[in-house]
Amino acid sequence: MTIWLIVRKSLRQHALSTAITAISIALASGLLMAVWVVKEQSMAAFTTVGKGDFHAVMGARGSELSLVLFSVFHMDEASATLPVQEYSDLVSVPANRRAVKGAVPIVVGDNYRGFRIVGTTTNFFEVEYAPGRKHQLKAGRMFNPNLQEAVVGSFVAQREGLTIDSIFQPVHGVYEQEGATVHNVNYVVVGVLEPSNTPADHAVWIPMAGAQNMEGHESSLSTDISAILIQFRDPALGVQWADRVNQNRRDVTVANIAPTVTAFFQRFEWLRTVLGAMAALVALVGAGGILASLYNTMNERRREVAILRALGARRGTVFGAIVLESATISAIGVAVGFVFYGGFMATAAWYIREQTGVVVDPWAGHSVLALGPLGILTLGTLAGIVPAAKAYGTDVAENLLPQS
Amino acid sequence: MSLLEIRDLIKSYRTPDGEVQTVLDVPAFELGEKEHVALRGTSGTGKTTLLNCIAGILSPDSGHIELAGRDMAVLGESARDRHRADHIGYIFQTFNLLQGYTCLENVLLGMSFGPGKDRARARELLTRVGLEDRLNYRPSQLSVGQQQRVAVARALANQPQLVLADEPTGNLDPRNGREALKLIREICGETDAALLLVSHDQEVLNQFDECRDLAEINQAMREVSTT
Repeated sequence: MTIWLIVRKSLRQHALSTAITAISIALASGLLMAVWVVKEQSMAAFTTVGKGDFHAVMGARGSELSLVLFSVFHMDEASATLPVQEYSDLVSVPANRRAVKGAVPIVVGDNYRGFRIVGTTTNFFEVEYAPGRKHQLKAGRMFNPNLQEAVVGSFVAQREGLTIDSIFQPVHGVYEQEGATVHNVNYVVVGVLEPSNTPADHAVWIPMAGAQNMEGHESSLSTDISAILIQFRDPALGVQWADRVNQNRRDVTVANIAPTVTAFFQRFEWLRTVLGAMAALVALVGAGGILASLYNTMNERRREVAILRALGARRGTVFGAIVLESATISAIGVAVGFVFYGGFMATAAWYIREQTGVVVDPWAGHSVLALGPLGILTLGTLAGIVPAAKAYGTDVAENLLPQS
Repeated sequence: MSLLEIRDLIKSYRTPDGEVQTVLDVPAFELGEKEHVALRGTSGTGKTTLLNCIAGILSPDSGHIELAGRDMAVLGESARDRHRADHIGYIFQTFNLLQGYTCLENVLLGMSFGPGKDRARARELLTRVGLEDRLNYRPSQLSVGQQQRVAVARALANQPQLVLADEPTGNLDPRNGREALKLIREICGETDAALLLVSHDQEVLNQFDECRDLAEINQAMREVSTT
């Protein structure tokens, strides 16, 4: 097609500015997608937990967010412990059983090289952490509740080189601290979890009794637990039950996981807005680059346009050729943008995994991977309209110099 | 039978001082099919303006330019573009070749806005003008004389009924000029195209049996009207 010949020739004639503009578009597109996907997937790693079958968590009276962070995300400390009777009551008292389908106690207080050691029952692994997904063992078996055995999260295993039969000694405290007491007890790794991209990847799981009776722990608290993860029979009824507990009791708090996580991320809504604005700005800068690049070449191309018109090209043909050229530069930029995106994400995914254990999958289907490039392509195409209008208005006779 | 018929053609421009200056006032002019006519005119006599009006590149203020049965003066711009592509070949003093395109592409592009690309005919034309071994050369890789030959091939590519030539030898040395003119006339003769050539070069004008003075045709050259 003639219009393609014109576009191809022009791109080749202005190869340097075409390449620079396409690269700037590619950077904009790649950066936009990378930032957005990292943000979305990082958030998803947190919010996935809220979609699982653990609906709430009960702990000593305190902040709901703090309770969820320490019991679900292993990120904070328990304000106090709960008597184990609370757990028994939850699963045996009829008033509670009408709302509570199941409960899993957890005990925290020790770490292994900064990774939290969580004492629990094997029931923890029977509950779906996300719809249709349960924690699975990648290697080994589940711990024996009566032995000093551990199942380690995938990230802990990878980071610390723990494999089946590895032996480690827990360290007192939920955070790694210099001079902290190393418990003189050997735990044997008997299982390694499959990666789930949930906080479970970052923890070391041992029998609850082991965590309660760890040498050096206060003996008066040896039957206490840190929190109880709760499954509701009906989430709506469960929320009402939780409200009643929170209203009627002064010694415990029940935090609903999903609403607490959502409320937590709502605090970062500004970040979404800022990133959205940045993305729009980056796309606009890219489109502006095309506009400036093409517009600047229009002065030197007026004679070319006049010649084309003198040969019989219609104004619309010339206009279409410039817009198509703009769209082509955008398309090249967007295509190369995926290469940049792959590069950014390979680096970012590695760094995020090393630092936080969150697995970011660059190629997991995400709307920004389609909408971002499409938006930039549209903007880039629209950016061609201004120089195209200039070409459209080119005075043929005036630019077919010289006159005689 | 007339291929081109001009009646009461007026074209004026507004000067930077705001005055309206009539540059063309042609009461009547005719050119027959297959006819070769030269117009004599010095610089600034409206030669290019006349050719541009005939080609439909410029719209006259008034009057009629009937070419191949259609009045270019009343056609819309898009229709003029189409009519030009289909019926007119234009040879410029400065050749106006597209620098980023090869010789073959320049000729093919000339075809593409008219009846359509015909690669075989484009090759044949370039061979006819002696550039069979320069098909993939760009204009900057050719001599000035060769560039003009590409322009001739391009102008004839759509088998136009009328070829307009605006000082076609103006940028060529005398030898190349003679050869270019001979070539233009030969190919126009071979393709039965009429030729309307404007020049101030007496040597060029002497080659034509019919040579007319533009000042006789264009009354605006006799007096400059202002309003």
